[in-house]
Amino acid sequence: MNKDELKNIIIEEIQNIAPDIEEDDISMKENIQTSLEIDSFDFLNILVALNKRVGVEVPESDYAKVDTLEHMIEYFEQRL
Amino acid sequence: MSQFLMPSLGADMESAILMEWHVKVGDEVKKGQVIAEIETSKGVIEIEVFQDGIIEELLVEEETECKVGTPLALISQKEQSTPVVEIKEPKEESTVQKSVEKVVKPKEKIVEKAPTIEIKSDRIKASPIARKKAKELGVDISSIVTKSGIIHLSDIEPKNTESKEIKRKTKQQNTKDSMRDAIAKAMSLSNKEIPHYYLNTTINITPALNYLEELNKERGIAKRILPAALLIRACVKALQKVPQLNGFWIDESHQIAKEINPGVAIALRSGGLITPALLDTATLTLDETMEKFGDLIKRTRSGKLKGSELSTQTITITNLGDLGVEEVYGVIYPPQVAIIGLGKIHESPWAVDDTIAVRKVLKATIAGDHRATDGRTGALFLDTLDKILQNPKELL
Repeated sequence: MNKDELKNIIIEEIQNIAPDIEEDDISMKENIQTSLEIDSFDFLNILVALNKRVGVEVPESDYAKVDTLEHMIEYFEQRL
Repeated sequence: MSQFLMPSLGADMESAILMEWHVKVGDEVKKGQVIAEIETSKGVIEIEVFQDGIIEELLVEEETECKVGTPLALISQKEQSTPVVEIKEPKEESTVQKSVEKVVKPKEKIVEKAPTIEIKSDRIKASPIARKKAKELGVDISSIVTKSGIIHLSDIEPKNTESKEIKRKTKQQNTKDSMRDAIAKAMSLSNKEIPHYYLNTTINITPALNYLEELNKERGIAKRILPAALLIRACVKALQKVPQLNGFWIDESHQIAKEINPGVAIALRSGGLITPALLDTATLTLDETMEKFGDLIKRTRSGKLKGSELSTQTITITNLGDLGVEEVYGVIYPPQVAIIGLGKIHESPWAVDDTIAVRKVLKATIAGDHRATDGRTGALFLDTLDKILQNPKELL
């Protein structure tokens, strides 16, 4: 899985949880939760879905490392 | 014989459209069974019967708008209760299978008895997300034909983009406006009639968060507990000790509710907010509270709430922490007598013995109805909540 594929998967799972979000709304560098108004429940649901798709589980202590789309892609890429 | 009336799902509801019957004349119904779907400003709601019986007559046709209190059906008491439940299960299965084989069948036959959600997905095969999108876009999924026979999200994209886009916008706008109106009415009434008092306290939440962190370390990601669920559990525990805040002001008198059904404020992504009840939370463990809360959020956002969840709230909990505000003072939703506000968990200087340390803290507030209780009761509640959160093991 390369970066682009990871990016697409993450965007897809964000949109599954929040169908009103367009791909263009998701910035690489902004905080996913605050910029897209995703609450803690939805954020956890996104991580659960990504764990199923990618097979990487993000421990709570690493939440700061997956705060933006860019960071999240890097985080998953390093752990595949 | 008794009448089944259009229920009132909150002080702000005047009428609703009966969308679909889930039963027909002669059907046996059980207490708590969903018998119809209605459309309100809060979305489509499943409404339940409150007694066992047999449907004698359906008084209102589908897609009729009815005022609250309008008789919808006649239900007669059952002579004897037979253990139908066990027999029903396989029956449902076969009905479902049959209806899949012959897709075109009279509606009542298919809708009969089986749980709504499963039946719906069997009428036309479509993924839940496709269904959701279709609903949003106002696309009739039965009009979509795909090679596989299963409708996926990609099949839903509106063909005639422009007109459908406009339609969707208007529809969303309408729901939003009617919800805005409903909230405006209820809150204006509240501010006019309820003499609110407000209290606030800062709680050191570090011990509770440390405890959650330890707990979550040993769990898989899908079983993690969020602070929001822990806080609800803590509020419920505190309400058990200070029950005066959990109840109603009706007919100039204060009534304390037996069950604790906190209405939890859930924002909708399209705007507006709903405060459905987490039912009978006093009986739930921390894990169950998390699970039920997650399920409630999901159903609130997908428009699949039950009538009882919109009519039995005994207190409201609003948690604006995710939005980053430190404190929130709520407006009481009548006939309730209190609303708990929880702010953002943030780091703050905190006195520990003789020194100052940094701790994670949270501001908890309460707005109480002065006709029902005094500030002393509210203060007792906040103090109890604080103590409970210092000893998080007891929240399991």
